[in-house]
Amino acid sequence: MTLTLKVDRPKSRVLTLAGRVNIAVIVLIALYLAISVRQPIYLEPAGLMNFLRRAAPLAILASGQLFVLTSGGFDLSVGSLVTLTVIGGSMLTANDPGNTWWTIAFLYTVGLIVGLLNGAVVAYLKVPSIIATLGMLLSVNGAAMMWSGGAPRGYLPDNFRMFGRLVFHDVPIIGIFPLAIAVLAVVASLAYWALHRTVFGRWVFAVGDNPRAAELGGVRVDLVRIAVFVISALSAVTAGIMLGGFGGVSVDVGLGLELQAVAACVVGGVQLMGGRGTLIGAVAGALTLFALFTLLTLLGLPQPLKDTAQGIILIAAVAIGAWRRRRAA
Amino acid sequence: MRNWICRLTAAAALASFAGAAMAQNFDDPKEFQAAKELLAMKPQGPEGKPWEQHLGGKEVDTSKYKKPGPYRVCFSNAGVNNPWRVVGWTDMQAQVDVLKSDIKSFTAADAEGKDDKQISDINSFVSGGNCDILIVSPNTTAALTPAVEAACQKLPVIVFDRGVLTQCPVTFINPIGGYGWGIQTADFIVSKLPKDGKVLALRILPGVDVLETRWSAAHRIFKEHGVNVVGAEFTNGDNAKTKSIVEDYINRFGKVDAVWMDAGATAVAALEAFEDAGKPYPIITGEDQEDFLQKWKAKNLTALGPTYPTYQWRTPVIAAVRILKGEPVIGPAWKLPQPVITAADLDKYVDNKMPPLHYAMCGCKDLPGYPERWGGKK
Repeated sequence: MTLTLKVDRPKSRVLTLAGRVNIAVIVLIALYLAISVRQPIYLEPAGLMNFLRRAAPLAILASGQLFVLTSGGFDLSVGSLVTLTVIGGSMLTANDPGNTWWTIAFLYTVGLIVGLLNGAVVAYLKVPSIIATLGMLLSVNGAAMMWSGGAPRGYLPDNFRMFGRLVFHDVPIIGIFPLAIAVLAVVASLAYWALHRTVFGRWVFAVGDNPRAAELGGVRVDLVRIAVFVISALSAVTAGIMLGGFGGVSVDVGLGLELQAVAACVVGGVQLMGGRGTLIGAVAGALTLFALFTLLTLLGLPQPLKDTAQGIILIAAVAIGAWRRRRAA
Repeated sequence: MRNWICRLTAAAALASFAGAAMAQNFDDPKEFQAAKELLAMKPQGPEGKPWEQHLGGKEVDTSKYKKPGPYRVCFSNAGVNNPWRVVGWTDMQAQVDVLKSDIKSFTAADAEGKDDKQISDINSFVSGGNCDILIVSPNTTAALTPAVEAACQKLPVIVFDRGVLTQCPVTFINPIGGYGWGIQTADFIVSKLPKDGKVLALRILPGVDVLETRWSAAHRIFKEHGVNVVGAEFTNGDNAKTKSIVEDYINRFGKVDAVWMDAGATAVAALEAFEDAGKPYPIITGEDQEDFLQKWKAKNLTALGPTYPTYQWRTPVIAAVRILKGEPVIGPAWKLPQPVITAADLDKYVDNKMPPLHYAMCGCKDLPGYPERWGGKK
């Protein structure tokens, strides 16, 4: 008996180590290599930089969604908030660079309010977050459509667009450096610090694990819930500013992003019922998802087949993740 | 298990047959030829009012629909779910205002892009008895045909934009269409492309007839001239995706000489990919959206602005009043001219005061409420 245990110990350590490498990271590397076979430019620094630049908004959204998921909720309103940010940005700046800074401040205020409302409805009215934020999705989308009349009504000035668009050329070693990557690095570092290095982060995990126990342990569950929705909404505004910057104004820019953000987290090993998740996983999950989209586009599959493939690969990635967790446990 | 495989094979075979049949519809040499002839035709009708002009076609007698005015006009709209339809819908309402003395009421139902909603909209218009005439802009062709046929039994019907599979409406109004677009744009690129130039085709999504025919006609011409089409990609009409795809092609081939598009909403995003990569602008065919026209003018591009003119939304209202007055209209098919914007007449259409996705070929400058009604500034 003792003997077997002794033999087992190093083995299980190897297993734990393998289990620690996020499944998303492995899938990401595999997908990225597949992309490179198809399009060798992705192996060069410029290709990698462009990939990260395009994936940055989704990674930022996933970093925000991570907080909500870890606390045991869902935030489905982020996609519509992205749309509102882009449309609102173009309406308020009216193509005048002088309006950019107060517009950005205003948009973050809107995000703050949306997050507070989401959180308050969930925390005090006890509406399940999936319903509360679905309602918010519809309202925010409606507001954006009403504001714009269903078609973009203006442009975004260049200084608003730089966060998603500006690329520094002739940078040593890497060649080009998009500003979007710097934004992603800042947001991801802040999120990492907040979730993994603060008391607040521990509360988020505690609430997601068992809200009753957390409450008995002295955690203000209501405030934690409100805070995670605020974080998610602010990340959506950030992603909106970057997407508007990269692609310009369109009325369906945020369509479907909420599910992509959730999917990114899930691929990254975040547990939908709360209590488990890492920032590295969420970001890696977002990059994986984006690599998948890129690969399917490069393969030139028709859209329905692409959707099908996307669904199957997502389910497979999550299933493998769950299986590895069981094995490691 | 074997049974299951059999079924799967059968399904796959069926799907590929269906695919072949569909592909044939979208690439019909006869239609291609017909579009070519229409493009060569000189439009008849009042000068400077293309929405009242026609290419060929005969007048149909409408004396049996004659009744005393003013009239109650009803409109079943497929949806206002894209900027093109927003501009067209605004045109239409303004045209109703112009004919206020003849139109007592104008009732519209928005089907929000759903066939079933539109079928029930049409049914309730017909059974409600509050319409003297019905205008239909169908959501999809086959699904709406029975509803339109039923409506024809009760009152005069006008169909425009997308068609239906019946001849029962008094007239079906639309421009030359997708084949014409494909011919106009591909001819332009062929005429401007340097030797061995690379062409990238950007399409919104597969399976939509007006878009498929645009591509099939262009593709046919590219093949005839041995043009090097390095890729045909679907953008979903998404700016970010368009930009990413173009960026990848620029990186992969070093240079892309021309960009062909089946719709222009993401033309500026495609051009920005060239800017961000520090490459010269390509030859490009976009559409008549203001953002593209402004960029074209500012950067002096080699470009063409084909149109699927939104002024076609004015024509059914004009036709409706004429029919109810017993005046002849063009039918059963009323083909409107489908102009292109070229470098020579670009200045006529560029207007910095209009919103980015305003369609310049709206024929709306003489309508009440221009430009504010279309989101523009005075």
